[in-house]
Amino acid sequence: MHQALLALFKSMLGSLRDLLPIILVIGFFQAFVLQQPIPGFLDIIIGTLFIIMGLTFFIYGLEMGLFPIGESMANAFARKGSVVWLLIFAFCLGFGTTVAEPALIAVADEASEVAAQGGMIKNTQDAMESYADGLRFTVAFSVGLAIVIGVLRILKGWSIQYMIMGGYILVVIMTALAPKEIIGIAYDSGGVTTSTITVPLVTALGVGLACSIKGRNPMTDGFGLIAFASLTPMIFVMAYGMVI
Amino acid sequence: MDLLMEILQMIIDTSIDVIPIASIIFGFQFLVIRRPIPNLKRVIIGFVYVLVGLSLFLLGLEQALFPLGRLMADQLTNPAFIYGEAGLVPDVINWADYYWVYIFAFAIGFSTTIAEPSLIAVAIKAHEVSGGAIGVWGLRRAVAIGVAVGITLGSYRIVTGLPIHYFIISGYIVVVIQTFFAPKMIVPLAYDSGGVTTSTVTVPLVAALGLGLAETVPGRNVLIDGFGLIAFASLFPIMSVMAYAQITEYMTNRSR
Repeated sequence: MHQALLALFKSMLGSLRDLLPIILVIGFFQAFVLQQPIPGFLDIIIGTLFIIMGLTFFIYGLEMGLFPIGESMANAFARKGSVVWLLIFAFCLGFGTTVAEPALIAVADEASEVAAQGGMIKNTQDAMESYADGLRFTVAFSVGLAIVIGVLRILKGWSIQYMIMGGYILVVIMTALAPKEIIGIAYDSGGVTTSTITVPLVTALGVGLACSIKGRNPMTDGFGLIAFASLTPMIFVMAYGMVI
Repeated sequence: MDLLMEILQMIIDTSIDVIPIASIIFGFQFLVIRRPIPNLKRVIIGFVYVLVGLSLFLLGLEQALFPLGRLMADQLTNPAFIYGEAGLVPDVINWADYYWVYIFAFAIGFSTTIAEPSLIAVAIKAHEVSGGAIGVWGLRRAVAIGVAVGITLGSYRIVTGLPIHYFIISGYIVVVIQTFFAPKMIVPLAYDSGGVTTSTVTVPLVAALGLGLAETVPGRNVLIDGFGLIAFASLFPIMSVMAYAQITEYMTNRSR
């Protein structure tokens, strides 16, 4: 018991160290640049303690739960040898984790405002909502597709750079064709789709697959799934902006 | 008591977010794989830890960091702060007047990335997989520098109003060139680090900074110019991680 507590204390110190840069930056700007009173000081102290505890638990759970399950599923699929089921799983994982992502919902709502202002859709609540929903499903679909492509790449051992470059070229082409208003949002959508739980799971899945398939290197083949998941939404959001 | 309710509410909210993921995992596990999960009890405890941890983390962010960060972004972009109390905004703005914004953008980009849980996860995995060749802190610092540079440049873009795709497309060109020279081992990880950096901590703060700037800089449209910082923050880490590997390789070659 004593040892467990000590270990917990140690990892909380680690989390404090992770957080220290933010505290220093905010402290510096408050004290020397803005020189304005900080409202709700006590709340901030409590909140900071929460962040430290939360980060500690998260990392504990990561190594106990998320990483092992990702890897064991990758192993099981590899042993089962059914590519189709693996790809279906990959799609579901990408689609399912993205479609309910709060950050994406926020971005989709903002995008619908831009579209209404730019006169691409009617400026009514209904039109905006259906636009936002359509966008959300488009992005979720594109992330599902991205994980499928990424998993296929690991299975086949394709090299990642040409695929990413191809993606870049598509982004550039779409940029030239898409309505100007949507470009900023499209570029941002690549970054917001990958959430804190998805990233460790998908990473473990990729590395696990690369480990259990002969001739694949976990370093060069295992990583890269997230890269696809942040590239395809850009292309699909611009396409969505063109079609609607 | 209120606090306890808030914690509970947060745990419920986070659970709702996690339900789709959990049902996909366990659904496939029981219907398709049909094998018992090794160490099932441990995995479930791990999931509970993740859930509780993430809830506390988000609650803390909302209580402490986000209000403060938003307030600071507001204050720093306020014309009264940049042009003195009189708040006389010149007709032609000079990008250099916003120097505190750039310094803040750099510092907040770096520091929030260091605290980003998904980056910690990927760094742990990369350290494990590379057999220790990639350091957890080395990778995190490299990514954080990338995000810091990206957000600084993104703020500069909002102030000057230059079109975003010039920056992003030139960024792509640099990435493509670097890809040919960087050690093969790092390339997929570098591409990944673009996506992992921008999540729970960074996005809300950076979005607040972008919207604050677009609102207060004369001639900018919030809806058009307020976006794009996240795109910068996900592009530049690709370069900085490859650069980190290139520098490390160069140093070891030289010391040999």
